[in-house]
Amino acid sequence: MAQVTLRKVIKKYDEVLAVRGVDLDIADKEFIVLVGPSGCGKSTTLRMIAGLEEISGGDIVIGGDVVNDVPPKDRDIAMVFQNYALYPHMNVYENMSFGLKLKKTARDEIDRRVKQAAQILDITELLDRKPKQLSGGQRQRVAMGRAIVRDPKVFLFDEPLSNLDAKLRVQMRTEIKKVHQKVRTTTVYVTHDQVEAMTLADRVVVMNAGLIEQVGAPNDLYHSPATKFVAGFIGSPAMNFIPCQLEQAAGALRLRVNDRFSLPVPASRTARYGTYVGRPNLMLGLRPEHITETRPHVEPDQHDFDMGIEVVEPMGMETLVYFTVNGAEVCGRVNPNANAAAGQTMKLRADLSNMHLIDDTTGKVL
Amino acid sequence: MANAAISAGAPVRPVKYGSISRDRRWAMRWSYFFLVLFVIFFLTPPLYMFITSLKSSGEISAAKNPWWVYAPTLSNYIELLTQNQYLVFFRNSALVSICVVAISIVISVVAAFSLARMKFWGSATLATGVFLTYLIPDTLLFIPLFKMFAFVRDTTGIELMNHWWTLIIIYPTLTVPFCTWIMIGYFASIPKELDEAALIDGATWMQTLTKIFIPVALPGIIAATIFAFTVSWAQFLYPLAFTTSTDELVLPVGIVTTLIKGDVFNWGQIMTGALLGAAPPLIIYAFLMDYYIAGLTAGATKG
Repeated sequence: MAQVTLRKVIKKYDEVLAVRGVDLDIADKEFIVLVGPSGCGKSTTLRMIAGLEEISGGDIVIGGDVVNDVPPKDRDIAMVFQNYALYPHMNVYENMSFGLKLKKTARDEIDRRVKQAAQILDITELLDRKPKQLSGGQRQRVAMGRAIVRDPKVFLFDEPLSNLDAKLRVQMRTEIKKVHQKVRTTTVYVTHDQVEAMTLADRVVVMNAGLIEQVGAPNDLYHSPATKFVAGFIGSPAMNFIPCQLEQAAGALRLRVNDRFSLPVPASRTARYGTYVGRPNLMLGLRPEHITETRPHVEPDQHDFDMGIEVVEPMGMETLVYFTVNGAEVCGRVNPNANAAAGQTMKLRADLSNMHLIDDTTGKVL
Repeated sequence: MANAAISAGAPVRPVKYGSISRDRRWAMRWSYFFLVLFVIFFLTPPLYMFITSLKSSGEISAAKNPWWVYAPTLSNYIELLTQNQYLVFFRNSALVSICVVAISIVISVVAAFSLARMKFWGSATLATGVFLTYLIPDTLLFIPLFKMFAFVRDTTGIELMNHWWTLIIIYPTLTVPFCTWIMIGYFASIPKELDEAALIDGATWMQTLTKIFIPVALPGIIAATIFAFTVSWAQFLYPLAFTTSTDELVLPVGIVTTLIKGDVFNWGQIMTGALLGAAPPLIIYAFLMDYYIAGLTAGATKG
């Protein structure tokens, strides 16, 4: 059980900076998810914590010890790989006990730990099978079992669910969460899937281009993203970004989208946004669930407008409607009974109480 | 595939829509035709050797149908196997081959592991270099080897010429590069995560090699073993050049030098000796065939 600290960690491949100075404090027993697009440096960061990649700069501290030059086996970590990496010539029991055997753990202690881990993961009846006789989900469980029996300070997961089909992925996601609740160990989990990140993490670390964009609890990232990247990355369908201008009109702030269309800024935000009047490259960020069909009851900061719908996507519990505003494609989520139809004009409602104002020059949410 | 390509490439002819099973039948006929051709081509010499080995010298030189044995006799076999000489050749060959296989496998597995997995400065160049050494024909190495033997004799007093065990030192120059190359290819097909998992599990490089890589790459090791054994069992040029006394000869050279006296060819015994000499590789092939095929197709499919 340990804290993990990354201080200005850098990874350079020849002259390319893959990780450009990452600072991160991971608390004991915390479940941290590193998420970001391909090539953002999340896997490299994980592999540096594991000791599989040397660090080019900075410090990595596990449980109070700087481990920069400590080989993986002495870092007391366990890792679960995307392709499971089970030893194909060993059965499940041997796979799980391999690390303990190398550490010369007593035989009955090994037996006890393997059986216990097998029970947690519900793979007791698979112990004498070879990996090739197992399904993808079972292999993933064994890979987790191999990590659990080691009783390490830190669990590292490198996209462990990416090789599973969609249904199994959801199931194993819940499984991983359950296991973490039973075996509370500091966990660092890498994924490119923001849903996995949101559902599993105590805190999510969003990475982009070798840097951390934002660290926060899943709901904090969702409701108050710090940057345009985070706003666009977290949430599906993604947040809408509509180019706009901020103008002062008749003593109130208005968001002008185009010549014909402008909306008043919520009163609670006027003080915060006041200084940005007239600034170029501003964007209105609004999540699809804040663009709905019109309803009889009007809350403050909700505004109705007519819009020609271009594409309709029925999802069952909701219907997604797409239209273009000021050159930007915008998505809204409407009630499936609202009779949305492509090519027709529909009365929609924008809920600006959940709006974000983004400076597209700096990429910051204002 | 071939049929589809042909019909697509020749639209001028009236298009005939053949059934898949008819296409398949034709493909099978052609395969069988060529297979039978190959079988005849490759099995006729051993068959001829076998027929000749059952004949007496008189019958071999008689102008009768050479494909038929009129008076079968085992005298060639009895003579050869009761002759001490032939058994010495056999023993020399066996000892040389077994030692060469052992040396080649140990060196090439360790070398291949380091070249394939421990990325160190120049490892890629070195791997190519290993393969390039295999391309040097062994006939080119005679004179340098003679020179080296002379040097060893002059400096240490150890005579390397005319000893069967010298071959144990020379043959690996032929087998190690190719075995290493086979093993590099095989190790490269093992996913990187496997040794990373072992590394995290606490294995040293040596443990990763012995406990993970060697068991997983066993088919590759068997392929390399068969190659090394075949090369050292059948090698003719080096023993001909470096060994001369009858006691030090290995099988291929022994048969040729002792059973051909001047211009008298003892065909019956030559054929018998060659046939018996071909048996050990055959037995080893048959025994390891399943693994060997698995070794050759490794990496073609994953999982």
